[in-house]
Amino acid sequence: MLQVKEIDVYYGAIHALKKLSLEVEQGKIVTLIGANGAGKTTTLKTISGLLRPVSGTITYKGVDLTKVLPEKIVALGISQVPEGRRVFAPMTVMENLEMGAYLRKDKKEVQQDMELVFERFPRLKERRRQLAGTLSGGEQQMLAIGRALMARPELMLMDEPSMGLAPLLVREIFQIIKDINSRGTTILLVEQNAHMALSIAHKAYVVETGAIVLEGSPEQLMKSEEVKKAYLGG
Amino acid sequence: MATGEALLQLPFTVNKGEVAIMLEFVQQLVNGLSLGAIYALIALGYTMVYGIIMLINFAHGDIMMVGAFVGFYSITLLGTNIVMAMIFAMIACAVLGVVIEKVAYRPLRGSTRIAALITAIGMSLFLEYMTIFLLGPQQKVFPHSAFPLKEYNAMGLLITNKDIFIIVSAVVLMIILQYIIKMTKTGKAMRAVSVDREAAVLMGISVDKTISITFAIGSALAAAAGVMVGVYYNTINPLMGIIPGLKAFVAAVLGGIGIVPGAMVGGFVMGILETFVSGYGSSLYRDAVAFGVLILILLIKPTGLFGKDTGEKV
Ligand SMILES: Nc1ncnc2c1ncn2[C@@H]1O[C@H](COP(=O)(O)OP(=O)(O)OP(=O)(O)O)[C@@H](O)[C@H]1O
Ligand SMILES: [Mg+2]
Repeated sequence: MLQVKEIDVYYGAIHALKKLSLEVEQGKIVTLIGANGAGKTTTLKTISGLLRPVSGTITYKGVDLTKVLPEKIVALGISQVPEGRRVFAPMTVMENLEMGAYLRKDKKEVQQDMELVFERFPRLKERRRQLAGTLSGGEQQMLAIGRALMARPELMLMDEPSMGLAPLLVREIFQIIKDINSRGTTILLVEQNAHMALSIAHKAYVVETGAIVLEGSPEQLMKSEEVKKAYLGG
Repeated sequence: MATGEALLQLPFTVNKGEVAIMLEFVQQLVNGLSLGAIYALIALGYTMVYGIIMLINFAHGDIMMVGAFVGFYSITLLGTNIVMAMIFAMIACAVLGVVIEKVAYRPLRGSTRIAALITAIGMSLFLEYMTIFLLGPQQKVFPHSAFPLKEYNAMGLLITNKDIFIIVSAVVLMIILQYIIKMTKTGKAMRAVSVDREAAVLMGISVDKTISITFAIGSALAAAAGVMVGVYYNTINPLMGIIPGLKAFVAAVLGGIGIVPGAMVGGFVMGILETFVSGYGSSLYRDAVAFGVLILILLIKPTGLFGKDTGEKV
């Protein structure tokens, strides 16, 4: 479904991604784990078109994304739950969800999808007229996920959705990710919580200083001494 | 005697002199409202543009001037009525605003703010001197035929049809603006872009298009204000945008730059303040007031009356 091939991405003089390659198969959960500053967010931003690679290609269903405007990439069926949630704080929960469906013209079905999001996240329903900035961290994360779902994505990019959440909530979020995937949405999940990520993924990549250093099935990676040491706490 | 007795029955005592003072006060308030409505409309454009691209569009007052001229020629050459003149001016300036953003500001997006600011000042001078070059420096008299003056006397207050026209059309425009910002998809996209541009892009919102729309709306409001200035002062000239532009800018800062309701309130406050100063003090101080207010806000509350650190921008 998505092939990232040898992309190089720079921030000015900083070489953030070095010939990074990865592949996401349709219907799967693929996880990208790595330490702080490894290049995970940069990878997702480049797929979404917020950053442009200097070289390399990103192919999604046969289309080269490096030549597509970021707002058109959303239209191709890729939506992102960005790092730090990035909900529109001074807008209401409902307005945030409407923004997720910005490109859709099927008003009725958008309305239905909003109801589905509320079914999935009843707490958002109670707070639907509340400003997003007044929600708790967990609720904001749910809103960010709901907002991404409103685009009816085929591929969802998620950047550390468990960041800063209490353990119980982390479990809930991972359960939701599994559930979204089981309903047909492919997921590329970026995580520092390697344990949880590996427990739900079908395939995993490890990124270090801008390059993939390991890849394989979660079972393989969990057995790897390197991964155990660096990401699973021994 | 009869009226005197009636007045004595009020819970407080009022004599004839005090009635006159109060009447004078309310009269100044009415005068200030129409001027304030004009400042508010101009201030809205400043604040909306700042909210979305963090630029003080110094050419904004001059867009207002162009609107006044379009309105003037619409009346004198095309023979339209004042309402049509305003609509033509708004359309013309909406286009002008979009073009200015595209050719002058967009290429500088991502460069330093000072570069954009200098460009805005350059654009301001360009509009002023291009108008002088094309139409001459002389002032033009807004045709009386377009707006025959009528005065009404209501309970001792003098109200003109100009005041009514200005206040009513300004309020209608502000209601339409609030509707667009709060209720429409485009308005919500404008708010989303002003809150978090990158997140907005991830929603599929085109930032370029949204910025263009913001310039179009802000410039159209300035154009409406330009036609109102023509009606209010009777004359227009190529440099007429400078002082009202500055005062409206102060109004926007007073309300909290980037905050739409703040610009509305700020505009009315500046208009009323100005008429009070010229009514009770001296009209010599009229223009100085604006700058006094600016200095005071910057000293006391730089974020303005409505400013919060996390306030909504558009
Ligand atoms: N805007 C930026 N300007 C300059 N350098 C940046 C910028 N954003 C990221 N970097 C650098 O690029 C590298 C990769 O950053 P990135 O944000 O992709 O890491 P990450 O894996 O997402 O880390 P984290 O787990 O902390 O979110 C880091 O060295 C970082 O310092
Ligand atoms: Mg990151």
